[in-house]
Amino acid sequence: MSEFLQQIVNGLSLGSIYALIALGYTMVYGILKLINFAHGEVFMMGAYAGYYSAGWLGVRGYEASGVGFPLFLALAVLCFSMASVALLGVSIEALAYRPVRSAPRLTPLITAIGVSLFLQNAAMLIFSPNPRRYPAILAEVRFELGGVILTNIKLAIFAVAMLLMLGLHLLVQKTWTGRAMRALSMNADAARLMGIDVNATIRATFAIGSALAAAGGILFGLDQITINPLMGVLTGLKAFVAAVLGGIGNIPGALIGGVLIGLAEQLTAGYISPDYRDAITFVILILVLLVKPEGLLGVVRQEKV
Amino acid sequence: MRPAPPTGPSAAACSLQSPLLGSARARGSSRRFWLAAALSALAGWGCKESKPDATAGSSTNPPSAAASNEIVIGHYGSLTGNTAHFGQDTDKAIRLAVDEVNAAGGVLGKKVRVVTLDDRGDSAEAANAVTRLIDVENVNTIIGEVASSLSLAGGRVAQRRQVPMISPSSTNPKVTQVGDYIFRVCFLDPFQGKVMADFAHDTLKFERVAILKDVKNDYSIGLADAFKAAFTARGGQIPVEQSYSAGDTDFSAQITAIKAANIQGLYVPGYYAEVGAIARTAQRLGVKVPLMGGDGWDAPDLFQIGGDALNGSFYSNHFAPDAATAKSQKFVSDFKAKYGQEPTGLGALGYDAAGVLFEAIRAGGKTDRAGIREALTHVKNFEGVSGTISINANRDADKSAVIVAIEGGKGKYRATVKP
Repeated sequence: MSEFLQQIVNGLSLGSIYALIALGYTMVYGILKLINFAHGEVFMMGAYAGYYSAGWLGVRGYEASGVGFPLFLALAVLCFSMASVALLGVSIEALAYRPVRSAPRLTPLITAIGVSLFLQNAAMLIFSPNPRRYPAILAEVRFELGGVILTNIKLAIFAVAMLLMLGLHLLVQKTWTGRAMRALSMNADAARLMGIDVNATIRATFAIGSALAAAGGILFGLDQITINPLMGVLTGLKAFVAAVLGGIGNIPGALIGGVLIGLAEQLTAGYISPDYRDAITFVILILVLLVKPEGLLGVVRQEKV
Repeated sequence: MRPAPPTGPSAAACSLQSPLLGSARARGSSRRFWLAAALSALAGWGCKESKPDATAGSSTNPPSAAASNEIVIGHYGSLTGNTAHFGQDTDKAIRLAVDEVNAAGGVLGKKVRVVTLDDRGDSAEAANAVTRLIDVENVNTIIGEVASSLSLAGGRVAQRRQVPMISPSSTNPKVTQVGDYIFRVCFLDPFQGKVMADFAHDTLKFERVAILKDVKNDYSIGLADAFKAAFTARGGQIPVEQSYSAGDTDFSAQITAIKAANIQGLYVPGYYAEVGAIARTAQRLGVKVPLMGGDGWDAPDLFQIGGDALNGSFYSNHFAPDAATAKSQKFVSDFKAKYGQEPTGLGALGYDAAGVLFEAIRAGGKTDRAGIREALTHVKNFEGVSGTISINANRDADKSAVIVAIEGGKGKYRATVKP
């Protein structure tokens, strides 16, 4: 029983990271109808931004001395990584996607794959392909609860993921930017006629989605111990499946999809075979596309001709 | 520098290319390289039985190098890429050995020169590098590679062109089965797996051990099988066997399943990056048993990633820097003096591969490819820094392994196991 609960706990923490990344896919899709395949690499860059900024703030010294990294510095690392990667997301949009925005939908999709490959190889060149151990931005504290091992890192992952998602919900529902985003996703032409600045809204969408992925990158590094320049490939694909499972374009759907994919992966690895851990995600993708293509919370939209 | 490249009727054509090719030295040889590469590709695909074309540098009559005043050793290794650490360490050690032998007057009165080519850890590049070493650099003999899959790729070319090749540290049995020109100076995986199984059962008194292997890696699978066979033959139990794939970062599902099996030790025959993360995951999930592994653990990054989670673990290796023989102590201090870092086991084997080669050339008195091959088969009881090396009938080395214990974030010599 405790083994099962442990697998559930591990699955939940992995799932909340997927959910954070899935939000970026779903927001961009909701507004541009573009699957941003470079989003996994944005997530990877977020992990590296955290790695280097923590290094500059002297995290190795704190590790060596046994004193925990101060919380305000940890938050500074998180903010720096989210801000710098938001800038990266906005630049990608401006340089790669805006010039092809009015082209047929296949063109931006292929551009996205190109950006993804470019970022992977640039990262291998700049950061070296060797895996790196993630610094202890949060000093690990372990405690046991009925045979299940919990760590403060796992709890922080839940907490940070939930807080950020709550923040996003408020932003989308309560602010003018959020209202503009919703208007744009309903009907871009009508939104423009109402005087909404389309470019500024799309920029905001990329900035927010990328910042959430950066937070996901730091949490992933803390949870999974090592990071490498190709970590965004598979993780990004799984988060994409999570967005499809929840209903692409739907923000609460991304959260539910992420958690379900994390649980499915962990339970498959634990009880069937670790060899199928990646396969199960794609089996789910195929099933969703066959049975309920609009996803769990998605709504069927009539395409007007 | 080797003698000027032969120029013939085609000199005019070469000079046309010279602005592109840069140095004058490159002219003749790079033209010959393209010709040779094309021909060897043809020989490889089209007519495997036929002898290589004379233009591509016939094996029975190697041009210039054999007649010259130097002996050229080609080394191919992963100087960049995912296993860059393996190739760089080996190359440093080979160059140390060559500098030492040249300072002492060379071999048979000839200076030794090393040519190193990078294969980036890629098997297609490894085959290309060997072709280039033979055709362009015109080497007498080749040293390479660390990873078994790359030694297999390069070894097939060396065998076809009949150039003797010594792998310093590929442990997969298939490597020397490529043919009679391929040798190695390290032990094999079946032995390495058995060494750790015996140590776990007899010294550590373990009865229940779990295995966590990399299903994408032949080395890991081979080592896991060898360990399992030896451990169960001694009456031990393997209650749970889990797997991962190279590149995975999440091991919590496997460790959680292993934890439930109530074991005394965990055998992880993988490469250092994943092993480090596995050790940390085990620590985090409260699995307090020692980890055990093989020579794939041997890299400084193991400690960088695994940290204190590895304390109390053991791995089998070719060499321990702190093991006390006069020769290995001298190697360690020379290596440190020259490069400012401690050598790994892979470095020690690179040094020994060069040492075995010099010994064979001295004893055989010949520097041509066939002569070196013949002399290598007779190497017996060579005192290397990684142990005593005798080349057996399968062109493998019969030699002992060491067990390294990890304490305080460092590897410490624990025991030597004879074959």
